[in-house]
Amino acid sequence: MHELSIALGIVKISEDETAKAKAKKVTKIELEIGELSGVELESLNFVWESAIKDSVLEFAEKEINIIKGKGKCIDCDTEFDMKFIYDTCPKCNSNFKGILQGKELRVKALEVI
Amino acid sequence: MCGTCGCGSDSNGPTILKPGEHEHVHGEHTHSHENHHHHHDGHHTHEHSHKHKVLEIEQDILQNNQVLAARNRGYFEAKNIFSLNLVSSPGSGKTSILERTLADLKDEIPFYVIEGDQQTLNDANRIDALNIPVIQINTGKGCHLESDMIFDAVKKLDVKNDAILMIENVGNLVCPSMFDLGENKRVVIISTTEGEDKPIKYPDMFHTSDICIINKIDLLPYLNIDIDKLKNYALQVNPNLQFFEISATTGEGMDAWYKWLKKNVI
Repeated sequence: MHELSIALGIVKISEDETAKAKAKKVTKIELEIGELSGVELESLNFVWESAIKDSVLEFAEKEINIIKGKGKCIDCDTEFDMKFIYDTCPKCNSNFKGILQGKELRVKALEVI
Repeated sequence: MCGTCGCGSDSNGPTILKPGEHEHVHGEHTHSHENHHHHHDGHHTHEHSHKHKVLEIEQDILQNNQVLAARNRGYFEAKNIFSLNLVSSPGSGKTSILERTLADLKDEIPFYVIEGDQQTLNDANRIDALNIPVIQINTGKGCHLESDMIFDAVKKLDVKNDAILMIENVGNLVCPSMFDLGENKRVVIISTTEGEDKPIKYPDMFHTSDICIINKIDLLPYLNIDIDKLKNYALQVNPNLQFFEISATTGEGMDAWYKWLKKNVI
């Protein structure tokens, strides 16, 4: 359940940034999570409540932007959608690809008061 | 709440112990809860306009772990320490491979070992029996090692220059994949008794590894596993993987692995 570490990482960033901005609490948090990031949203949601308890995030609205996986074949340059990290090039079947997007795991923005 | 184990108190966080040390020493893992103070200072500055302000953060959630991993990597580079992060599911033979490797090479290469498990000093005691400096990290409820634990453990272990540092991660094929420890190479171990489709069942770990050791090849006559199929699945996830097929029990195939280790430390 590494999602708990992820959730607590989000809490830490939020605490730090809220303090830096001399704000009191977060009203809304925007996250960017890629489909290939290795984080299960269900697990993240499961641990969320206990992770944010007594933190600046306790009453914050959570918005998650899911970022679709995209890769580019190194052998034939085809760009393609990726559902799994082991997806092969649909055109030439090569295993060699660069991941263009989908590995994101980011706190994008905080709305604070 | 404890940042590592998720418990309500601090008492279940990771402990870092050498064999023979008392098991209930806490405090190596620093809980940074400094932001939990409440602003109850004299002048009450609460404005009733409730002005919302948007902070564009754009910060990687794992940044803290990555920064400390980079610090570990720099430390290893400066001291010419070749560090390996051994990952696998429980029971694939990480500790047995370590034991055999250390016993066979300890006269040629100085080794240091960090053992990661949720509980017990058992693995550290097995390594200690070979007279290799070892330290145990018990993660409590935690399912993986993080770079700050390695940072603390390496200092306590006092690793000398020109050595190999073996970090045996918690037996878990999922969580440790996301946490860079600052290692030079990540080694994923799979045994022949596991399914050949494991690389695509747990792709993240194979995707982030450099080396794949296939252990327990002495059992092949009794099993239905197709090694080539296993390798093809692994290469589909990560075409750059380098394989070693070994048996830690019989010693078969260990020479190629030893050759690779020696090449990297000199």
